[in-house]
Amino acid sequence: MKKRQMYFRMITASLMRRRSRMLVALLSIAIGATVLSGLVTIYYDVPRQMGAQFRNYGANMIFTASEDTFTLSDVQQGTALIEADKLVGVAPYRYENVRVHESPVVVAGTDMNGAQATSPYWHIEGEWPSADGQIIVGANIAESFRLKTGEMLEVSYTPSEIASGDEAIQDTVLEFEITGILDTGGSEEDYLYMSLTDLEELTGEAGAIDVAELSISANSDELSGYAEEISSTVSAVNARLVKRVTASETTVLTKLQALVLLVTVVVLALTMICVATTMTAVVTERRKEIGLRKAIGASDTSIVKEFLGESMMLGGLGGILGSVLGFVFAQQVSIHVFSSSISFMPALVPITILVSVLVTGLSSLMPIRSATEVDPALVLKGE
Amino acid sequence: MSLLELKNVYKIYGELHALDNVNMKVEKGEWVSIMGPSGSGKSTMMNIIGCMDKPSKGEVLLDGVDIAKESAKNLTTVRRDKIGLIFQQFHLVNYLTAVENVMLAQYYHSIPDEKEAMEALERVGLADRAKHLPSQLSGGEQQRVCVARALINYPEIILADEPTGNLDEANEEIVVDLFHKLHDEGTTLIVVTHDPEVAEVAQRTIVLRNGRVVKEVQNQNFTGKIHFNEEGTHVTKTDLKSEEEIQAEEQAHE
Ligand SMILES: Nc1ncnc2c1ncn2[C@@H]1O[C@H](COP(=O)(O)OP(=O)(O)O)[C@@H](O)[C@H]1O
Ligand SMILES: [Mg+2]
Repeated sequence: MKKRQMYFRMITASLMRRRSRMLVALLSIAIGATVLSGLVTIYYDVPRQMGAQFRNYGANMIFTASEDTFTLSDVQQGTALIEADKLVGVAPYRYENVRVHESPVVVAGTDMNGAQATSPYWHIEGEWPSADGQIIVGANIAESFRLKTGEMLEVSYTPSEIASGDEAIQDTVLEFEITGILDTGGSEEDYLYMSLTDLEELTGEAGAIDVAELSISANSDELSGYAEEISSTVSAVNARLVKRVTASETTVLTKLQALVLLVTVVVLALTMICVATTMTAVVTERRKEIGLRKAIGASDTSIVKEFLGESMMLGGLGGILGSVLGFVFAQQVSIHVFSSSISFMPALVPITILVSVLVTGLSSLMPIRSATEVDPALVLKGE
Repeated sequence: MSLLELKNVYKIYGELHALDNVNMKVEKGEWVSIMGPSGSGKSTMMNIIGCMDKPSKGEVLLDGVDIAKESAKNLTTVRRDKIGLIFQQFHLVNYLTAVENVMLAQYYHSIPDEKEAMEALERVGLADRAKHLPSQLSGGEQQRVCVARALINYPEIILADEPTGNLDEANEEIVVDLFHKLHDEGTTLIVVTHDPEVAEVAQRTIVLRNGRVVKEVQNQNFTGKIHFNEEGTHVTKTDLKSEEEIQAEEQAHE
């Protein structure tokens, strides 16, 4: 048998057959590794999380007309300049005056998916429209006209350029199905919302876009860059940032990350203290064994090697446990605090294990040094 | 040249002279018993001979080398290469099996060899207990594992500090029998004991008192075996004196 084989046989025997003792040490390492890998995961995921959080409060860029009007194709030209995976949603809005039950009402034509992405805080009683011919109505309108989800609603439109002469005014009247009532607590409750296609059918013309709201996943520097680029490239469009949100997003993010970093450092220090304490207890508890090993010929170097081997193996096991539990921990935090799940970072597994082995080894050094000071004569001294 | 020679050895703890000018020689292949009341310095002497402690004064020549002057590191080497230790408390590493405990001595000495370790366990009659942990072995069996561990590296000297102190008679006999075999093979044995039965089977008995050698007895009818009569009681065959006699002698001397 090789010496190395006997070495591993010894340290695994020590860990396996002294399980209840080692479990305590393993637990402290695993908890440390869990919190560390969890916090690192959150640290890297917080920007993503926080970005999503802030976007929940609306769009962070809007397009308006730079001169007279702009069209849907101008919007598309502008959004084409934004990296596809950063563009969360675009909602163009075209406002027209229509009549419902003979009263004037403003209708907004939009892209329903885009509106849903840029205004995630909109609360709909019922469903978002899933097909043409379906609309949602603002809560104020629904109240005034006693409208309910599922009902049909006639909407009439009077062309603005009425044909000259005596000809009677010919209104366009279309019937829509109400799929939901929009409840935001804001001015949105005063509008009807339908698809751009429906609005085009109602008015009989493509018409101009009044404003487009965009939700983009980027930091404030990138956003300003996009705004400038779009404004200069697409002449009809003036792109502006919705400043208040993006600015606070960045400062809050920086503060949060600093906090997470601080907690990580504190946990790391606590783990090291905990491991050092546990190893000191282990060494004290095994003084007799150390004395015996020395009495039968162990050098200081082999004592150090054996204890370091044990603690590093514990560190490895704790690291494996910690990287699994850390992900679960980060996932739980993410779900409960940010209401969204995080992505698993495979690279974090070997890093957690390595850090755990190194940290455990490092914090065991002092206690293990004291192990070499054990007097072999201790063994002969009865008791 | 003697294998071991102690010249004017002192071990002083504050006021206490645990060893007080000890002079002693042990020849190669000899079997020596050390006796004496508790606190007389027997373990202190064994620690010094076993390279685990240093005398306060004096020379300890092992193979002509004064181990009192060696560094702790060299002492480890000497201990590993020349000395086999057996203790009263049958010290074994409690999470290693019997055979692993024996292999541990090989591991520190040279390279572990499971087959050879098994043979050593066979010699002490424990081949079928090789895979047991110390907690699964009786006291006698544990002490026999210690004997197997002590002899595995063919040491020049085996030092045993009260090896039968915690054993019943049957196991005591087995252990003494093993000593006899080792002695026949030429191993030098130094055995500390309280027990006159165990002491008298050696060739020579040295008696310590208050850190001094007060008596040396050449055992005339050395056989290496404990003898029992028909009733199973022990028959003393030497002229070893009892505690009381030694005490009386000492008082007369002073
Ligand atoms: N490390 C020590 N410090 C102080 N006194 C010691 C130490 N070791 C042994 N002694 C003392 O030395 C004397 C001899 O002890 P020891 O050799 O263990 O006796 P024995 O083995 O014969 O019973 C005792 O009085 C004991 O208390
Ligand atoms: Mg003693």
